[in-house]
Amino acid sequence: MNKILILAEAKENTFKSNAFEAVTAGKHIAEALGTGFDVIAITDASDEQLKSLGKYGAAKVYHLNLSELNSKGPAGIKYSHSAIASAAANFANTKGYDIIIISGTSFGKEIAPMISVKTDSAIITDCTGYNAADGKISLKRPSFAGKCNTKVNYLSGKAVITLRPNVFKAEAAEAACEVEEITPDSVNISASDFKTCVTDVVVSSGKLDVAEADIIVSGGRGLRNPESFKLVEDLAEVLGAATGASRAVVDAGWRPHGEQVGQTGKTVSPSLYVACGISGAIQHLAGMSSSKFIVAINKDKDAPIFQVADYGIVGDVFEILPAMTEEIKKLKV
Amino acid sequence: MKIEVCVSLVPDSTTKVKVGASGKSIDEAGVTYIINPYDEFAVEEAVQLKEKNGGEVTAISVGTDRSKEAIKKAYQMGADKGILVKSDSADIDSFTVAKNLAAVIKEINPDIIFFGKQSIDYDGSIVTGMTAEILGLPYVNVVTKLELNGNEATAEREIEGGKEVVKTSLPAVFGAQKGLNNPRYPNLKSIMASKSKPIEEKPFANERKTEVAEMSLPESKGQGKIFTDGVSNVPELVRLLREEAKVI
Ligand SMILES: Cc1cc2nc3c(=O)[nH]c(=O)nc-3n(C[C@H](O)[C@H](O)[C@H](O)COP(=O)(O)OP(=O)(O)OC[C@H]3O[C@@H](n4cnc5c(N)ncnc54)[C@H](O)[C@@H]3O)c2cc1C
Ligand SMILES: Cc1cc2nc3c(=O)[nH]c(=O)nc-3n(C[C@H](O)[C@H](O)[C@H](O)COP(=O)(O)OP(=O)(O)OC[C@H]3O[C@@H](n4cnc5c(N)ncnc54)[C@H](O)[C@@H]3O)c2cc1C
Repeated sequence: MNKILILAEAKENTFKSNAFEAVTAGKHIAEALGTGFDVIAITDASDEQLKSLGKYGAAKVYHLNLSELNSKGPAGIKYSHSAIASAAANFANTKGYDIIIISGTSFGKEIAPMISVKTDSAIITDCTGYNAADGKISLKRPSFAGKCNTKVNYLSGKAVITLRPNVFKAEAAEAACEVEEITPDSVNISASDFKTCVTDVVVSSGKLDVAEADIIVSGGRGLRNPESFKLVEDLAEVLGAATGASRAVVDAGWRPHGEQVGQTGKTVSPSLYVACGISGAIQHLAGMSSSKFIVAINKDKDAPIFQVADYGIVGDVFEILPAMTEEIKKLKV
Repeated sequence: MKIEVCVSLVPDSTTKVKVGASGKSIDEAGVTYIINPYDEFAVEEAVQLKEKNGGEVTAISVGTDRSKEAIKKAYQMGADKGILVKSDSADIDSFTVAKNLAAVIKEINPDIIFFGKQSIDYDGSIVTGMTAEILGLPYVNVVTKLELNGNEATAEREIEGGKEVVKTSLPAVFGAQKGLNNPRYPNLKSIMASKSKPIEEKPFANERKTEVAEMSLPESKGQGKIFTDGVSNVPELVRLLREEAKVI
């Protein structure tokens, strides 16, 4: 019982940290339950890429070629969430997995509910922790925009679990990794599984997205005008960070919506979040309070952002940002 | 066109969350409830579609009597009919909600169904996809743009660093994200009219697969190191980030 399957997501045929995090989390959960785990990857990634999952302890990777899968659907598509969900769910049903672990990226969030229905499993999303006892796990997940934590149990024997990205650490654990190829036919895929088809992926800019960044420098209304976001961008550049924004400046049209962090924007958990001229409204905190370290720069010592900050300077962003950029540049030479 | 929109009632986002006596739900004292903000985008899209193509918009909610408020809000924005699948308790899981919604939707057999991309209370992002899958319908979540051409639909969906263009065919389910439209403010007349508009009630069936074992407030971080000397503190801050936090 308690057989675990991890769905490793590859982006443009390359596994990113979220896939390694899922493998590590799955490995720990398997150990805690005294069971094993397998990985499924639906991608055109190279054999070498697939084997890289072994560096995090994956001993067995089932691989379904994405282009082979796509050949069962309409011509000219990039991928189909519904077909990928069908393939993963049919595979899990045939092999009898009880727990399916998926990273809660935009891709993972889209397919997880479909997989849970197809495998007749409970679903618990956005998990930040787990607890194993008596051969069962319960999951910890934030709710009410991070204002409280909830422990959720699943009642049926089976569960689909999505993990909040950037929360579980990927840990090196060398395993001899065996890759076994599977075919679309072996998982019963037909044209009717292609209910939705992604025909194009448009990258909004070449820039790093807040949802994927390890460091984020965000600016708010304290920057006063769109031009002074240059100061935020300069600091982000020396840190190799993504730039984020509060809703106030997104609504004002100073920054694109893709940069918005918070309840109606993106939820992020980077290692370092630098909030510049952001007051720290509850809806903003909802999107970033699970960051590992938070730095606040605000001229108002009573701004709520200081209550969640690990470090902060009460002062003027127009002085502090350039000084930080210079100071960090010194480290890099 | 038969258009369906699923709406839920959630605590206002400024609510101070306190854990209730059971330790498994929030203390409801003093909480103000609103329609889930993403559901407003869903209702707006449904009503715009009706205004363009004719037809009827039905708003559905699963919950206690209180959830009628969400349906009334949909009425104010232009929905024609409302259905409450009425449960005695607010403690219901996503699968139960999806199952009950699917049962009602199946009866109505609509051309298109709108949801919000996620509820702002439990932030599940589950119900939309589950309901669609139970019905065997295609679904696209986090939709910021939708174009219909006969039975063909092209949706734009927000992803990390960009968007996906997704093609599907109706009937289909869409989860609305901010940016899809600008929800209208109801006028006084529609607010008044919504008060007396009937809401049909349907029986509820509990089919839960999860339970909340415990709710707790996050451990407070303890006081951070906050410096008050402005720019002169920058070298110390950078040193701490490097040596103590080890993040740069
Ligand atoms: C339903 C709902 C959803 C929402 N969703 C989001 C969301 O997703 N994300 C989000 O961010 N907000 C969201 N909001 C809005 C939120 O309530 C706040 O209005 C918003 O976050 C404020 O943005 P801000 O901090 O940039 O601006 P302000 O609150 O105006 O704060 C500006 C800060 O800059 C400081 N400042 C000014 N000048 C300087 C200077 N020279 N140097 C240093 N500091 C300076 C000020 O002291 C102040 O603290 C939402 C609101 C609602 C009702
Ligand atoms: C603290 C806490 C944590 C929970 N965690 C889980 C969990 O991990 N797994 C789980 O299965 N359940 C969980 N539940 C129960 C679940 O959240 C509720 O059933 C809730 O009704 C659905 O919320 P959601 O966040 O999943 O909705 P979402 O899936 O985020 O909602 C998406 C859309 O579905 C529609 N919708 C949602 N609810 C309704 C409704 N009642 N009526 C009509 N339309 C609706 C709306 O259009 C909404 O925009 C939890 C409950 C609590 C109290």
